[in-house]
Amino acid sequence: MLFLFAASSSLRYPKYSPFSAFLALSSLLTGFTHRLWKQNFVMALSFEVLGRFNRARAAQLTLPHFVCQTPLFMPVGTQGTIKGLTTNQLEEIGCQIILGNTYHLALRPTSELIDELGGLHKFMNWPRALLTDSGGFQMVSLLHLADITEKGVTFQSPVDGKPMLLTPEESIQIQNRIGADIIMALDDVVKTTITGPRIEEAMYRTLRWIDRCIAAHKRPHEQNLFGIVQGGLDPVLRDICVRGLVDRNLPGYVYFPSMNSVHVQGQNVIGLNSIQPFRIYAIGGLAGGEDKDSFWRVVAQCTAALPEDKPRYVMGVGYPLDIVVCSALGADMYDCVYPTRTARFGTALVPEGVLKLKHKAMADDTRPIDPTCACMVCKNYTRAYIHCLVTKDAMGSQLLSYHNLYYMMQFSRNLHSSIIEGRFPEFVCDFLQKMFPKGDVPEWVCNAMEVAGIDISSCCAPCPSSQD
Amino acid sequence: MSPCFNGLVMVSGGMHIPLVLEGPSPKTISTIGGLHQMLGLHEYGYAAVPRDSIQCLPECSSTNKMGASFETPCGRSLIKPVEYIEMISSMRPNLWTTLADEVPAWVSDKRNKTSVDRTVKWLDECIAKSPVNVAGGAVFGSIVGGSTIEERQRCAQEVAVRNVSGYWIGGFGLGESMDERPPLLNTVTDKLPEGKATPYFWALDYQNLMNLLEKPDIYIILLKGRFIVVEEILQGVAAGVDLFDSVKDTTPIVEGCSCYTCKNHTKAYINHLLNVHEMLAQILLEIHNTHHYLGFFHSIREAIKEGKFEQFQKKFVQSRRDHLAASVTSV
Repeated sequence: MLFLFAASSSLRYPKYSPFSAFLALSSLLTGFTHRLWKQNFVMALSFEVLGRFNRARAAQLTLPHFVCQTPLFMPVGTQGTIKGLTTNQLEEIGCQIILGNTYHLALRPTSELIDELGGLHKFMNWPRALLTDSGGFQMVSLLHLADITEKGVTFQSPVDGKPMLLTPEESIQIQNRIGADIIMALDDVVKTTITGPRIEEAMYRTLRWIDRCIAAHKRPHEQNLFGIVQGGLDPVLRDICVRGLVDRNLPGYVYFPSMNSVHVQGQNVIGLNSIQPFRIYAIGGLAGGEDKDSFWRVVAQCTAALPEDKPRYVMGVGYPLDIVVCSALGADMYDCVYPTRTARFGTALVPEGVLKLKHKAMADDTRPIDPTCACMVCKNYTRAYIHCLVTKDAMGSQLLSYHNLYYMMQFSRNLHSSIIEGRFPEFVCDFLQKMFPKGDVPEWVCNAMEVAGIDISSCCAPCPSSQD
Repeated sequence: MSPCFNGLVMVSGGMHIPLVLEGPSPKTISTIGGLHQMLGLHEYGYAAVPRDSIQCLPECSSTNKMGASFETPCGRSLIKPVEYIEMISSMRPNLWTTLADEVPAWVSDKRNKTSVDRTVKWLDECIAKSPVNVAGGAVFGSIVGGSTIEERQRCAQEVAVRNVSGYWIGGFGLGESMDERPPLLNTVTDKLPEGKATPYFWALDYQNLMNLLEKPDIYIILLKGRFIVVEEILQGVAAGVDLFDSVKDTTPIVEGCSCYTCKNHTKAYINHLLNVHEMLAQILLEIHNTHHYLGFFHSIREAIKEGKFEQFQKKFVQSRRDHLAASVTSV
């Protein structure tokens, strides 16, 4: 019966690439036949959990271009490059997946050109995995007069000011041309000022758009379409959304919880308000303490609701502390501009937190950025030298980007191995102790770890109770 | 206030690495262990020269009997010989030039004469004040004299009798014409003892480099990386390829070039990076340009060793003219 199913599938999906054939065959051979029966064949990834601690998991994520280990961090290479680093260096550092921004690439050099030249992998000569977003976020945050209708997102073209429309179909087509291993569905984006039935409308519209994205997706055997879960505190709407996405059997799920602030082109900081159930954009200050509390709860609720056997990607999470908490709660993939952006401001990531290389005290400091770091920058350069460079030369920020990304990659590798080797709680405690030597671990972290079932009492000064 | 300085490398392998610093104090550089340690490039030699024609220009109107003045991105700096020696000691370069008073071609005869007097005086001070082992670095005496044959001669004669390992012919690239240089150079080299190195540091752009190579003198030239890249320079066909036109070109900048950029990337990708103002564009181009120039100078050295420099030069000049003619007619 399984073979009949396989045969009929291959008739239905004539573009049955060798890669997915291999996946199907290996699944059959290794006995995952039952799961395969339930799943739709059209997946271009496999996700195998190798180790667990309570909700945290370490897994192997096999993508068309690379076999990755999770938890993993994805640097953002907005325009087909990570600021000042060569693809060779990115491999040295250990990057597994790089994120490309659909909006920027569609603008320059255009998705058609990338397609003509063989796809983004070939264009930038990156042999490992790539991920693209839908383009919707940048549109709303970068452009004026973005408006959303059932058809799609309308906006003013930055080139000639003409009104343009990004539909779910168009977003997927652009992403098909770019050719990343993982692509995002276009979701409805609601401003924070909106209340009432509009929110529910947006949720259902997002589900309708997912269907349009799935229908428009021409390369399901080579590119994985991830659906975006609208994270939020309204359990009813959230549940409907999650159920809707899970029913559609997507290869993976993304959520964009509120709380990480994103600087966009020097405009007001755009933060995300977690109170609303959707990914919406508030213009305001940096997220404060109370938002972190909502943040971890959203992540916890979503990881609980999503399937065990699919990767969970939390967008926009980049602070190592946030990554530790989300991993403890069951998330697998992260991306953020933070490490590279902060490098351009002269800030390095270290186990104790951050090191500001522009500070006067660095001028005479002949130690490396982080004596425990094995990266090329820490092995060859002193803080004093980098201090000179960071204000005067692009080279300074390039060296810091290298170090910061290495730090994030090493951090992810450590996360992965600590879970596999059964010492995840020790890893978490060690991390918290270095970052909060006085034991002043923030309350939200304590609360989150409690839910995650990780005992961090050894690294907290008396942990404040949740009533405080 | 830490003074600016420039160093460039010129070793037998023909490597040159320009660097500009405004920065770690000499004490800090010492603590780190000198240039080799600070820059993490241990297998290269370093030459320290006070000026660079792009980032650290001699400002003769501010130079006085106390020291030489330079115009830098961080403002104007006056460097006294004793301060200069302090920097050199901390950096420990493999070779260094003495502090000089460089003047442009249009100064008065009196000012020009003063520059020679000062330069020789500072040379003596530098040698006297430098600790016995400035990291075992060789000291090169600076020779100036502007565009005046007599003053050039006088300076060369003075420096020739000092105890130095080589000579730095300074004061060029400050307003004299291309044609004036060869006779001035010849005047100087005539006075210098044979067998000592005579490097001649000078920053040029690509166009000037190509012009210079048509002259029968040998020189070592430093070039600042730019967007224009050199194609087929080893074949003597020197052409600037403007990458802004290469939207769909999937070939490397130069077919067969073994640099990182040509082995890994296409013109189309670099074109995209240039359009979106990404830092990686300059990095990739500088890798290619540097590689190319090093190869070019390797060819020059080989040609000299084999006694075939004249042929090399003729071939280079001819193919360049052909190429220029072709590009003019194709427009």
